Amino acid sequence: MTGTGAAFKLEPSYPEVPYEEKARLFAEIKADARFEDYLYGCYECGICVAACPSARYYDFSPRRIAQAAGREDVELVFEQIQEDIWDCSQCFSCLRCPRGNNPGGIITIMREVAVNNGLASAREALKGYTRIIYKIMSTGTQVSPDMLQADAFPDWGPSVAATSDNLELWRRALPPDTHHTTKTGWEISTKTLVELYLIWHKTGALDLISDLDEGLHALLEEVMEDLLEEEGYEL
Amino acid sequence: MTIPVELVNGPGRKNKKEFSFSADHAPEDFHDHLFELEEAGELVVQRVPEPYLEVPVKYGRSKKVPIGQTWHHKSCGQCGHIPGYSTSIFWVNRKLGIEYHDPTDQTSCTAWNYYASATSNQAAQACVAMRNFAAAHESGHFPIIHCGTSFGHYKEVRHEILADAKLRADVRKVLASMGKALVMPEEMVHYSEWFYAMRHEIAARQVVDFSNISVTVHPACHYYKLVEGDAIYDPEVYGGQRTAVVSGVATALGAEVRDYSTWFDCCGFGFRHILVQRDFSRSFATQRKIKRMKEEADPDVTLTHDTGCVTTLDKSQFAAKAQDPEFATIPVLSEAQFAALAMGAHPYLVCQLHWHAADYKPLLEKMGIDHEKAWAEFEEQCGRLERGEQQYLTWDDVDSEPVEALR
Repeated sequence: MTGTGAAFKLEPSYPEVPYEEKARLFAEIKADARFEDYLYGCYECGICVAACPSARYYDFSPRRIAQAAGREDVELVFEQIQEDIWDCSQCFSCLRCPRGNNPGGIITIMREVAVNNGLASAREALKGYTRIIYKIMSTGTQVSPDMLQADAFPDWGPSVAATSDNLELWRRALPPDTHHTTKTGWEISTKTLVELYLIWHKTGALDLISDLDEGLHALLEEVMEDLLEEEGYEL
Repeated sequence: MTIPVELVNGPGRKNKKEFSFSADHAPEDFHDHLFELEEAGELVVQRVPEPYLEVPVKYGRSKKVPIGQTWHHKSCGQCGHIPGYSTSIFWVNRKLGIEYHDPTDQTSCTAWNYYASATSNQAAQACVAMRNFAAAHESGHFPIIHCGTSFGHYKEVRHEILADAKLRADVRKVLASMGKALVMPEEMVHYSEWFYAMRHEIAARQVVDFSNISVTVHPACHYYKLVEGDAIYDPEVYGGQRTAVVSGVATALGAEVRDYSTWFDCCGFGFRHILVQRDFSRSFATQRKIKRMKEEADPDVTLTHDTGCVTTLDKSQFAAKAQDPEFATIPVLSEAQFAALAMGAHPYLVCQLHWHAADYKPLLEKMGIDHEKAWAEFEEQCGRLERGEQQYLTWDDVDSEPVEALR
């Protein structure tokens, strides 16, 4: 059927690649040590879908994730890694599966592969998110008080503007000594931050984002190397 | 106080199959393998310090919860955006005269980012967890974890460390390079388990009557859905059909816990969604949770026990109300803030309710707390900071006489 307004599948928004490339990506997913622990087969009962918050608001199904992985359907897994995986809420309600599957866990692995390979879906899904990656990797806390800006959270109402306007004062009014910070969630010692940077370097977590965002990778590398050198570490 | 299972009155209750404890269906107890690895010299097990309390967990087992000597593993979202959450946890400890440590040698678990963006890997996540555990062990304190996601993620890390010798070796090598041992706590303990274990002690210090307060409870997904065997299930609370944390504390404080049909649903946080795709988070939080709670239970407050849940359920209500003036809002608190209020904590100096978005003032009025007077006290204390009389408020300041006179 051709025409406009009909309920047909839209053209994929991602570039087509040879089957061998899709098979390579699936092999990378399957090679993850956690994969076998996350997949035991599927009764097709749909309990995971019933429990899934994302299934209520997106064209998304944890059952299809488990089935595609179980059938080793390379084409469908590729479609999912480009289209579906970023809809998942990662709440793990799908662990209700009577078969013991973990579709949310499979998605975690698929996302990691998407990031590691710099896929278009990962770049698109994480557009606007890179400042958070910078924050967590460079400071060791995910969100900071100074992120509470009215223009960043207009849908959260006037309490955000009030917090932002009084931030420095209200943080000083918090009784725990560790809470007076505005750029990090709490005070983290330099030694602790050095150890975190060593972890990002030694486990390859820093290199993992080089294909996703070269600029972010370069910035983080510089910040980390400066501190590590200052503290006497040579990489 | 018991909450009978009959009170679970969701649709189709009569047809529901109830969970019953059975050794046949229980997963292996991780402790066996943990102690084997310790015996083999593969890792150090940090024992729960005495005195501790034993609480019931799923499959009829029990879990040790330390009373004191705790190392507070803080939460990004709590400390950053809802600081009254962590402040209330500390305040309750202090009021009960319990020693604890609030470390600067602690990083985030980084799991919020991992579940949002996957810009990390299994080894890095395990190293971050084990570095924090080693730091706790070095301090002589036992980790107690403020965030539900940190708690769930660390349980997964524990499972992976115990099951995967290569991962264990890789992590051990990274930690050794920074002079740290591979240390695993004997138990993974969430702060809400400490509140549950201490609920009678807390109730004994209660100074504000909650007998006219009704609550709904949102159990945090990562607390009980990830590695479910560690979560508290008490036959006295809903017949052990749901996790007992939060509900157990609310009933111990005399509040009425009301049921609603979408209790199992998540809050809508979504990790990535709450930061860059909030249309989903807002819709889910308001349509599937707040609206249902209001229609089915009409509570004075909804209580939960995780960073993301408080944030999503609280902050999402403004847009729903702006779009529909008839949308009825519900204040959202952690049970730590709720318990602190019961014990007489200041709503602003301790519980920091001014960081919350949904209107909490009707709740304070129903509790008999004069929020206008309390706000004037908060502003007076802030004025002292502005006038340069001191740089920071201290615990002594928030417990000073004028503040205590509030009640």
